Amino acid sequence: MALTKEITLSRLQDKFGDAILSHDEPYGLLTIEVPADRNLDVIGFLKNESDLAFGYLTDLCAVHMPDQKGREIAVVYHLHSLTNNVRIRIKCWLPESNTEIASATGLYAGANWMERETYDFFGVRFLGHPNLKRILNVDHMEIFPMLKQYPLEDSSREDKDDRFFGR
Amino acid sequence: MSDLKMVEAPAGVEGQGFFATSLDSVIGLARANSIWPLPFATSCCGIEFMATMASNYDLARFGSERLSFSPRQADLLMVMGTIAKKMAPVLKHVYEQMAEPRWVISVGACASSGGIFDTYSVLQGIDRVIPVDVYVPGCPPRPEQIIDGIMKIQELVKNESLRRRNQPEYKALLASYGIE
Amino acid sequence: MDVNTKFMAEQSIFGEENIQSENKQYNTLNLGPTHPATHGVFQNILQMDGEIIMSSEATIGYIHRAFEKLAEHRPFYQVTPITDRLNYCSSPINNIGWHLTVEKLLGVETPKKVDYMRVIVMELSRIADHIVCNTVIGVDTGALTGFTYMFQERERIYDIFEQMCGARLTTNIGRIGGFERDFSAKTIQMIRDFLSGFPKRFDEFEGMLLRNRIFMDRIINVGPISGERALEYSFSGPNLRAAGVDYDVRVMNPYCSYNDFDFTIPVGTSGDTYDRFCVRQAEIRESLKIIEAALNNMPEGKFVADCPEFYLPAKKDVYSSMEALIWHFKIVMGEVDLPKGEVYHSVEGGNGEVGYYLISDGGRTPYRLHFRRPCFIYYQAYPEMIKGSMLSDAILTMSSMNVIAGELDA
Repeated sequence: MALTKEITLSRLQDKFGDAILSHDEPYGLLTIEVPADRNLDVIGFLKNESDLAFGYLTDLCAVHMPDQKGREIAVVYHLHSLTNNVRIRIKCWLPESNTEIASATGLYAGANWMERETYDFFGVRFLGHPNLKRILNVDHMEIFPMLKQYPLEDSSREDKDDRFFGR
Repeated sequence: MSDLKMVEAPAGVEGQGFFATSLDSVIGLARANSIWPLPFATSCCGIEFMATMASNYDLARFGSERLSFSPRQADLLMVMGTIAKKMAPVLKHVYEQMAEPRWVISVGACASSGGIFDTYSVLQGIDRVIPVDVYVPGCPPRPEQIIDGIMKIQELVKNESLRRRNQPEYKALLASYGIE
Repeated sequence: MDVNTKFMAEQSIFGEENIQSENKQYNTLNLGPTHPATHGVFQNILQMDGEIIMSSEATIGYIHRAFEKLAEHRPFYQVTPITDRLNYCSSPINNIGWHLTVEKLLGVETPKKVDYMRVIVMELSRIADHIVCNTVIGVDTGALTGFTYMFQERERIYDIFEQMCGARLTTNIGRIGGFERDFSAKTIQMIRDFLSGFPKRFDEFEGMLLRNRIFMDRIINVGPISGERALEYSFSGPNLRAAGVDYDVRVMNPYCSYNDFDFTIPVGTSGDTYDRFCVRQAEIRESLKIIEAALNNMPEGKFVADCPEFYLPAKKDVYSSMEALIWHFKIVMGEVDLPKGEVYHSVEGGNGEVGYYLISDGGRTPYRLHFRRPCFIYYQAYPEMIKGSMLSDAILTMSSMNVIAGELDA
C-alpha cells in the first residue's frame, strides 16, 4: 500500500506517542512538532524505516519568533520520500537562552552547509557538527543577523537619510 | 569602399613622409583604442558582460580583444556586479596590483551604489574602497550601455595628460583611499 | 584513476587536515575568489601534491546580499526582483516560482492559459541557462567557438523576453495570478521562429563537442559522484539526474499543468562531467518539445486569474483613472491584507529544486522567507568530487556543476 500522509502520521504516533507534540497540514504538507532533544530519533526513524524511506533532506532552516517566550527559535526540517512522493515538515522549538540541538550531519551529508547557514544567521549551535563556523557572512561578525532585533541596513552608513527612505 | 569607421588622427603637422604631433595625443590614441579590461564580474551584470563580449555586441571592436585576468597586464578594471563587504578587500587588492595607468569602470547599480541591496552585508558602492572613473547605471545595464561606458573611458584615456599621474591631486586622491 | 589512488590522503571531507603519508609537504593553492575560470565569486583552498588535489576547502559568501533578511522588509511584489537575482541565468523560473508560492498562500487558481504561458517562459529560460553551462564547459576545455555561436541564440531568447516583459536578463516577469499582458502576435511569431531555427544551430554546436575525441578525453570520468552519495547531499536537477536518479519536480509534484505535457527525463549513469553535459543537452531538446506543445495547444481564456486585490491594474488605467492609480500604489507598497499561513512550494529551476518557504503573519511583508537554493546545497559536495583529480579537472567539474554565485550565496 503506497505511503500517504495519514499512514506516516500514524506510524510516527505509534512509535513516538507523546513526542509528536502537535501535527497539522497547512496547504497540504504534513507538519509535526517534536521536542528538540528527540529530533534525531524522529528523523532517523523516518529515514531508516524501509516503508517510510524519507531519504532526501529538502531543506533545513530556522525561524525566529521573539514573541513566543521560551520557544523563540524553531529549527525546521523539510524531508521528502522520493520513492513514495510524500513530504513532511518537522519543527523543533528552542528557547533563546539555549539554542543547541543535535546535528543531522550523521544522517544526511547535505545537512552540513545548511546547518552552518542556520548557525550563521540565527546562532543555533548544532552539536556534533564537524565544522560549525560562519559560511556566508564575514568571519569576524559578532551578531547573528537574521534575528529580528537586528536591522536590515548597515547602521554605520552615512549617505542615506532614513527620512527619505521611509524608515 | 569599406564602411569601417577608422579613428581620426590627432591634430598635427603633416608632410611628405612625416607627421608631427604631440606625444600626449599619440599615446592617448594608442591607449584609448587598445584597452585591455580586467572583468571583475561577480553577478548578474557579469552575464550581460558575457553578452557584450559575445558576437552580437562585440566589445573586441573597441580594442578590447584580449581580456586580461591578471591585474598586472590590465588597463581597465571593470567591476560588474554586487561587491559584498567580504569581497571588498579582495577588490582593493586587485586594484592595488594593477600597474599605472589604470582606470576603473563601475558597471551596474550594485557596483555604483549598492543598488537594490541596502543591507548589512553589501558595500554601498565600490567608490568607498577604490577611485572610480566612469559609472554605468542599470540593473543590469544593456550591452549598449556598457559599450557607452567604455566609450566614455576611451574619451578619458585619449585626453589624459602624461603628467597627470604624478600630480599632487592624483596622489592625494589615492591617499584618501589608503592606496600608495 | 588507479595511478592516483596511492596518493589518497586520510582526511575528513570538510577541510580538516589529517594527512598521513610519507612526510610529504603539500602546496596550498588558492583558487579564487577572483579567477578567470571560476564562474562566480567563490573560493577554494586546495592542498596539492604536484598537480593532484589532496584536499580542498570551499569558502563562499563573497556575494552574500542578505536576500532573506531583505525579503522580510519588502511587500510581495517587491520580492520578485529579489528572486530574479537568485539564479540570474534563468530568472523567469525564479519569478514564476515565487508567484506560484504566493498564489498557493492566497488560494488563487490560475486559468489553464496562464499555466501554458508560464510553461513557455520557464522552458525558454531553462534553455538559456543550459546554454550558458554547456558553452562554458566548452570554453574551459579551450573550445570558445561554441560559446560565441550559442550566445547568439541566447540573444534571440532575450529578444523574446524583452517582447514579453521589457527586460532581458533580470526579467521580473509576470504578476501574482498570471501576466500583465497576453503574448502578442509578434511574440508568438518570434517563439515559432526560434523553434524552427534553433535545432539546426544547436545540432552544429553538439556536433562540434559531443563526440569530439579531445572533449571526451578531457571530461569523461572527471568529477564523478554516485547516485546514493548525490542523494545524501540533497542534489537535485541535472547534476542529480546525471548521477542516475530521475527526480524532477515537474514530474514528482507537478505545478502549472506540467502533467499535460509529454516529456522524458534524461538520466545519466556515472555522474561525471560528460554525463552532466549530455543531460543538459538532452534537456534542451525536451524543453523545445514542451514549448512547441504548449504553443500548439494554447487554450483560450484570460491571461490572469481573478484576484484583484493582488493584481496590478492595467497601465493605461493607472495613468488615466484615480482609483486604479491608488490601487496600484496600495498593492505595490503592500497596504493590502495578506492571510496568515506557512507554505513551502518548489519548482524545477535550471539547477534543481528551487524552494520557497514562506511564513506570513498577516503583515504587509513576509514574516520569514527562506529560499531553498540548489547550488548552495550541491556545492558542498565539491571537495569530495575533486579529491584525487588534477587541477584542470577540478575546473571542469566546477563549471559542469553550473554554480551560479547569486544562488550560492543569496
